[in-house]
Amino acid sequence: MSKRIVVEDLDVYYGEFKAVEDVSMSVEPRSVTSLIGPSGCGKSTFLRTLNRMHELIPGGHVRGTVEMDGHDLYGAAVDPVAVRRVVGMVFQRPNPFPTMSIFDNVAAGLKLNGVKKKSLLEDTVERSLRHANLWDEVRDRLNRPGAGLSGGQQQRLCIARAIAVEPQVLLMDEPCSALDPISTLAIEDLIGELKNDYTIVIVTHNMQQAARVSDRTAFFNLAATGKPGRLIELDDTGTIFGNPHEKATEDYISGRFG
Amino acid sequence: MTALDTAVADPLSQHLGRGRAVRNRVAAVAMYAAFALAVVPLAWILFSVLSKGFSAIVDAQWWTNSQRGITIRTPGGGAYHAMAGTLIQAAITTLISVPIALLTAVYLVEYGRGGRFAKAISFMVDILTGIPSIVAALFIYALWVTTAGFGRTGLSVSFALVLLMIPVVTRSTEEMLRIVPSELREASYALGVPKWKTILRVVIPTAWSGIITGVMLGVARVMGETAPLLILGPYTSSINMNPFRGNMAALPTMINQNRTESLSLAVERTWGAALTLILLVLALTLAARWLSRFSAVRG
Repeated sequence: MSKRIVVEDLDVYYGEFKAVEDVSMSVEPRSVTSLIGPSGCGKSTFLRTLNRMHELIPGGHVRGTVEMDGHDLYGAAVDPVAVRRVVGMVFQRPNPFPTMSIFDNVAAGLKLNGVKKKSLLEDTVERSLRHANLWDEVRDRLNRPGAGLSGGQQQRLCIARAIAVEPQVLLMDEPCSALDPISTLAIEDLIGELKNDYTIVIVTHNMQQAARVSDRTAFFNLAATGKPGRLIELDDTGTIFGNPHEKATEDYISGRFG
Repeated sequence: MTALDTAVADPLSQHLGRGRAVRNRVAAVAMYAAFALAVVPLAWILFSVLSKGFSAIVDAQWWTNSQRGITIRTPGGGAYHAMAGTLIQAAITTLISVPIALLTAVYLVEYGRGGRFAKAISFMVDILTGIPSIVAALFIYALWVTTAGFGRTGLSVSFALVLLMIPVVTRSTEEMLRIVPSELREASYALGVPKWKTILRVVIPTAWSGIITGVMLGVARVMGETAPLLILGPYTSSINMNPFRGNMAALPTMINQNRTESLSLAVERTWGAALTLILLVLALTLAARWLSRFSAVRG
């Protein structure tokens, strides 16, 4: 249940504006790849091209290729909706559906895609909640509103919701930036467990977090405001934080800028 | 020492500046005065309608009988014919307007994205909002009655009311859809849910109670509209449940009918019909509130 993603010569545009330029990299299966870099460097934008979410913004398009196990995600015949079923996403702010119970939130992906069989839904909800380390906290109140949980619980609920549809890849856009340290730790532990099954790409502003959770780290940077962001360097996390090849990477991780 | 230094040295020794205290008091007084200004007429209207109309509606006949065969000199009879007419016309109007308004709002918010077509539609809705009800009524009269040759029926009244209801519901639904956070749409898309299903199952349910409130505002508005009734829906004192044929009574025309008479029975019926109209709108609003609970935002 995990796939290798290969990105080649990718430029990302919003209308005429080029937000990200010339990214070539690969994401290894069953591993955590983190994207770091200063604000505005295009790491979130790049993340969103991996499940074609950036196309929701008017004018959003790409040049170049993104292939998942040899299949071009941007092929002419490929439906973006189908891509998003394979590549799930967790967002910065926990965003459970406010009209739905905890159960329905987790089951949402299946229910909205037409699954009606109750036993299948129940099994999936329990498995996903267990997988997201939330089951023991909510098993007695699955019918309560999802929005009534704490921030950290809501984020784990969102992770459960994302993995309930059994994606191959899980994208996380600063999943801990709205959470307290204890909840952050819970999510980080969870990421460590999830990588046994999923390919994970995480954007984070927290370099310690990148060092803690990821196997490989990509550093993005931009030359100046208004210029497109670029991938500076991608390597094993240990190398990036211990002995980076690029001067810019070293400056960034040692706190000299950004 | 500057003022700031003093404040830092001992912030509690600083008393609230005199100027600020006065301005605060003036603003508070102005606020309460504005509140009173708004509430006094409202309370006054409610009080006079209640006190003058109450005696008419406590009679059981009021809720079951029409005014057929009853003159302004004979007591008895009721407003059933007018209530039925008003409710039937409002129901038809709602049935036609709400789908159109809902779809228009969904288009404007979810698909139009400020494009040229969406801007044109938005402009039309604005124009429609500003159309006086008598113009809407005359338009339907010219189109439906004189040109197409249909009669002045409950249905033709409803058509005119549709023109008045669509912009109200479109605007309020639009506002409600706009305040649904885009994060919820994204969360749904990220699960591989197509856009149309996201709108239907995530966006609209989240905005549901607000949409219902908007629809009720629209219903309340059209139930009180009088001009279309005067032009398209002549009063009758009998019960007519058929919106496709014959005159159909309505509460505003019943008020208007009795208003011109000076005898006390007619005066009582005028106020009774007015109170009934208020109660009908109130009952519908409460019902809608209750209804919207089933799909409301929880938490």
